[in-house]
Amino acid sequence: MSETELVHVLSGEEIAEIEAEIAHLPDRESAAIDALMIVQKHRGWVSDTSLHAIARLLGMSSDALDSIATFYNLIFRQPVGRHVAMVCDSVSCYVMGADGLGKAIQEYLGIAFGGTTDDDRFTLLPIVCLGACDKAPTMMIDDELIENVTAERLGEIFGRFE
Amino acid sequence: MSIMDTKPLLGRVEEVGGFVDLNAYEAGQGYEAARKALTSMSPEEIVSLVKDSNLRGRGGAGFPTGLKWSFVPQGDAAGEGAKYLVCNADEMEPGTFKDRFLLENNPHVLIEGMIIGAYAIQAEKAYIFLRGEYHQPYQRLVEALADATARGFLGGGIFGTDFNLDLRIHSSAGRYICGEETALLNALEGKRAQPRTKPPFPPASGAWGRPTIVNNVETFCNVPGIVRNGVEWYQGLGLTEDAGTKIYGISGRVNRPGLWELPIGTPIRELVERHAGGMREGFELKGILPGGASTDFLVEEHFDLAMDYGTIQAAGSRMGTGTMILMDNSVCPVDMSRNLQHFFAQESCGFCTPCREGLPWVEALLLDIEEGRGQEGDLEVLDRNAQFIGAPGNTFCLHATGAIEPLQSALKYFREDFEEHIRTGKCPYHGRRL
Repeated sequence: MSETELVHVLSGEEIAEIEAEIAHLPDRESAAIDALMIVQKHRGWVSDTSLHAIARLLGMSSDALDSIATFYNLIFRQPVGRHVAMVCDSVSCYVMGADGLGKAIQEYLGIAFGGTTDDDRFTLLPIVCLGACDKAPTMMIDDELIENVTAERLGEIFGRFE
Repeated sequence: MSIMDTKPLLGRVEEVGGFVDLNAYEAGQGYEAARKALTSMSPEEIVSLVKDSNLRGRGGAGFPTGLKWSFVPQGDAAGEGAKYLVCNADEMEPGTFKDRFLLENNPHVLIEGMIIGAYAIQAEKAYIFLRGEYHQPYQRLVEALADATARGFLGGGIFGTDFNLDLRIHSSAGRYICGEETALLNALEGKRAQPRTKPPFPPASGAWGRPTIVNNVETFCNVPGIVRNGVEWYQGLGLTEDAGTKIYGISGRVNRPGLWELPIGTPIRELVERHAGGMREGFELKGILPGGASTDFLVEEHFDLAMDYGTIQAAGSRMGTGTMILMDNSVCPVDMSRNLQHFFAQESCGFCTPCREGLPWVEALLLDIEEGRGQEGDLEVLDRNAQFIGAPGNTFCLHATGAIEPLQSALKYFREDFEEHIRTGKCPYHGRRL
């Protein structure tokens, strides 16, 4: 593939959004994280092909971009399910019983942390403190913060995400 | 006297009963301070005012805000190009939830504080560096920035002056180390968030090599009140030698976990008993992390101390973010230490060896002790590691130093618990957790 063809692995919408970020930055490479997040927003994760295309668009090497992509825990370099469930494992939630809750959630979904359900519905990940410690234990599914989570509520909580 | 005179950050939230939109904010003296600053004060006057107020950084380190601002070169000394003002809204210190509350409920007090700060250092570009997980705060900020821009408080020619401010949100992609201000600047520039060599410090060379000020959300939120009511009023708010109010928070097994804007220097026991409603029935308070995961434990003998910078430091800890995590008698200090070290080991940026290799070693040893595989001599290994990794200067930044604070104090105050684990080959708390 030529450079132009490679870039056009990305959609016109993705390229427009990335260019809009670049427009207010001193150089193209400074948009690296924004660009990765934009593509992930559209595709769920950042594949090797997407990564190469973004790198070309920003005028940087794929290796340099991958060293950035793999540094940040909210950038996914592997496919994830339709929904990403993140369970806080930091200290306030720990004090309020997050360890037991984490085990209950893994049992409920039938997967371990890092796994994706067979029907691709959920990927389960641990996450650091979500900043809602007065309502611990907490978790997040996609963009939604869920507070005061208990093992008894799991059916109701996960049932809302198809 | 209005509630804004005693609670300049959250008084309006209390009055309105939740989210303060632009109209509600303006109805409570909102943007008066920014107008006053830009139309009747010089940048130097504002820097002096903030310096004199004794406002100290609310993100954890407590550095004097006005002094930091005064390091930014002005006029020709600044050279060619932009200066930057950055709000550190990357709230990721475990146990800390105050900035989320401010962003979700009172975004305009932050924006107003940033307008004043930007004018004071003559920066025409500003960023709010926001945690990627903070979706609700993001929505509120987007709305608030649009409203403030529409009213002419942001953009070109603010309040009819020739001062312009382009204020944007940068959504982060994770990692605790972004809270370190030079790591944050690398992340803002789209790079890996590894801390930079200091000096140069950001006020001399920060974002894209230009003079930059980074302040915490709560710090900026203190600025409008200082400009509006003056230094004397601000210093009168504090109960001890520190000035202003502080948003204190409590998480753990209390009756009413939450956060409250109170005079800085409010005693720990008053926070726990009066504001958080005391411990839940059947639980006793055993220790606290006074200001987030990276602060030393305090115990019973400290509970009557005032929560201010100097007092808590003299007791061997740090006020940090002022949001306290309570350890009750059902929580195993060894396992809680393991939880804390797991966090710090995971969040090490990996750049320097003592932090990258030392913290996982400490975590593994704590897991061994917790699970009954502890051996004689393990505590001495932990002590040695704490001394070595924790000493400032042995690691590139202060991440590992912060990590060791709760560990060294746990080894000191809860040593019998550690020894019992090793002696009996099991966790005496096992099964006691509810």
